Amino acid sequence: MKLHEYQAKSLFADAGIPVPDSRLATSVDEALDAVDEIGYPAAIKAQVHVGGRGKAGGIKIATDREEAEQYADEILGMDLKGYTVDQVLVEAGVDFVDELYVGVTMDRGEGKPVLMVSTKGGVNIEEVAEENPDAIAREHVDPAFGLHPYQARKVVYEAGVDADVALDVASILSTLYDLYEENDASEIEVNPVMITGDRDVIAADAVMNIDEDALFRQSDLADMAEASYEDDLERKAGEYGFDYVRLSGNVGIIGNGAGLVMTTLDLVDYYGGAPANFLDIGGGAKAERVTQALDMVFSDDNVDAVVFNIFGGITRGDEVAKGINEALEQFDEIPKKVVVRLAGTNAEEGMDILNTDLVEVEKTLEDAVQRAVANAEEVTQ
Amino acid sequence: MSIFVDDDTRVVVQGITGGEGKFHAGQMIEYGTNVVAGAVPGKGGQEVDGVPVYDTVDEAVEAEDADASVIFVPPAFAADAIFESLDTDLDLAVAITEGIPTQDMAKVNKRLSETDTRLIGPNCPGIITPGEAKLGILPGNIFSEGNVGLVSRSGTLTYQVVDNLTERGLGQSTAIGIGGDPIIGTSFVDALEAFEADTDTDAVVMCGEIGGEDEEQAAKFIGEHMDTPVAGFIAGRTAPPGKRMGHAGAIVSGSGTGTAQSKIDALNDAGVPVGDTPEEVADHVEDFL
Repeated sequence: MKLHEYQAKSLFADAGIPVPDSRLATSVDEALDAVDEIGYPAAIKAQVHVGGRGKAGGIKIATDREEAEQYADEILGMDLKGYTVDQVLVEAGVDFVDELYVGVTMDRGEGKPVLMVSTKGGVNIEEVAEENPDAIAREHVDPAFGLHPYQARKVVYEAGVDADVALDVASILSTLYDLYEENDASEIEVNPVMITGDRDVIAADAVMNIDEDALFRQSDLADMAEASYEDDLERKAGEYGFDYVRLSGNVGIIGNGAGLVMTTLDLVDYYGGAPANFLDIGGGAKAERVTQALDMVFSDDNVDAVVFNIFGGITRGDEVAKGINEALEQFDEIPKKVVVRLAGTNAEEGMDILNTDLVEVEKTLEDAVQRAVANAEEVTQ
Repeated sequence: MSIFVDDDTRVVVQGITGGEGKFHAGQMIEYGTNVVAGAVPGKGGQEVDGVPVYDTVDEAVEAEDADASVIFVPPAFAADAIFESLDTDLDLAVAITEGIPTQDMAKVNKRLSETDTRLIGPNCPGIITPGEAKLGILPGNIFSEGNVGLVSRSGTLTYQVVDNLTERGLGQSTAIGIGGDPIIGTSFVDALEAFEADTDTDAVVMCGEIGGEDEEQAAKFIGEHMDTPVAGFIAGRTAPPGKRMGHAGAIVSGSGTGTAQSKIDALNDAGVPVGDTPEEVADHVEDFL
């Protein structure tokens, strides 16, 4: 779960990390009230869950009221990589002389949290990591002991941060680690940390993602969730609680288990089709979930044909068949051809139940995918 | 022979009184697994399907000589359950639970490095040695005894590939689902190392997916240390960057690491043929044997 910049900064501020003075605004008037209080220059920053906001035109610096009005008007309501901007953070501009990158994340290879510091701040850190990996200093943290304060100092000095601000940066990093641990974050990144001419150290941006599996014990953060979806279908998937990713093709895909659904997508592509989505109904799905899943793909205008592939372990073929029947029997005419393949637990019982007047049936995954691809081609011709 | 589990494995089921634990303990027993005990705090003295339940894993080991556990404990308590298995010095702990917080698993991982217990999972279907024992939720009826080892990150993809193998009469020595989480106990390399040492495994299938670098490390291991032939499959070729495909670990990062292509290339470089379809994986195995 991604937090917005303003939410992360409020956690930072509460923990004692210096952040610029700021206000959240949802209208041009609110934005102007905010700049009147904060003064100039002021940054108008789109609050959406996408990276690279600045390059995409979602961050502008206003030097007077006229500009502030113009930028707030431009940014509010704009489409930023598929997301509509409905709130902006109005923030005091920082007069900086230097920019750093600091972050805390999980190194999955090591199975340990890792602190990262670089003096190449303010730019895309992934590019830095690729082109000049030595420019990022790293320090792994023993998850059982937590962070020793010396480790934060060590990694800051190792990165070559100016000596006069090094201890301030280390202190921020140390606090970020506490926040990482307390909030079950999967990632915290401040890019840039700005160093002002007066040698103050300020967190000028904030990225903070929370481990969704830990939300059961992070109820305050769960309440902060502002679900943002690229479109209505993703919203629907969120409401149904499906693992769903929309793609650009026309073959709708429903299956159970992430690996097998991904494989079904790959096979659609391999046999010359184009997958419209990833939809995993999960383990042990009952008839109702199957009905919801079919509703999802039928609501997608891009979908011309559907492949429904289940290999039952804890999911039972008879339940799946019941759900497919229920979903399809409500139509006078089936909106899109559905190819079904059932294997594994209770597959035979499922095949007996399945109303084969409503669906096409194939025995193997390969055959099912090829038939669905052919069905989709028929529609587009 | 086989790897990690066999006829002699004595299993304690943690969470045996819960819905999933009870159902799958029954399925494991039906398959022929020695389920000797259950462990559930506060339920000591009860019985589930004739299996005695103890309050702690320690008591179950004392009384029934269990040497392996299967964990069906809800995510909020699962890390604690794994610690209990590790601290009881079992040979093997299989964690089925999906959705354990990653920072909990980092702590488990740290303890794991200090013990001799092997952890499989979490968020995995478990492990099966066909005809001998099954620890987990894999549907026993699709497996058959044989000499092909299988290791996979995904549950249902494992079933699919096993089905393709079994259909052609290619039985399995042991099949392991290692799980789709970012931090897991047994890695591809651990499983491959064990298959290489197993005299009854004559070919291995490795099913990977996008995300992380485990497949690349496995490819390196195969190239340097394995004589047993390996066939590969990688799921997620069509996955767009930055989108999590179901599994917490299955994501291609913005900078292009963890892609299917980098994994396929690494495996090919190590002499491992990678099937475009599960059917093709079975073709490769047939060629090996």
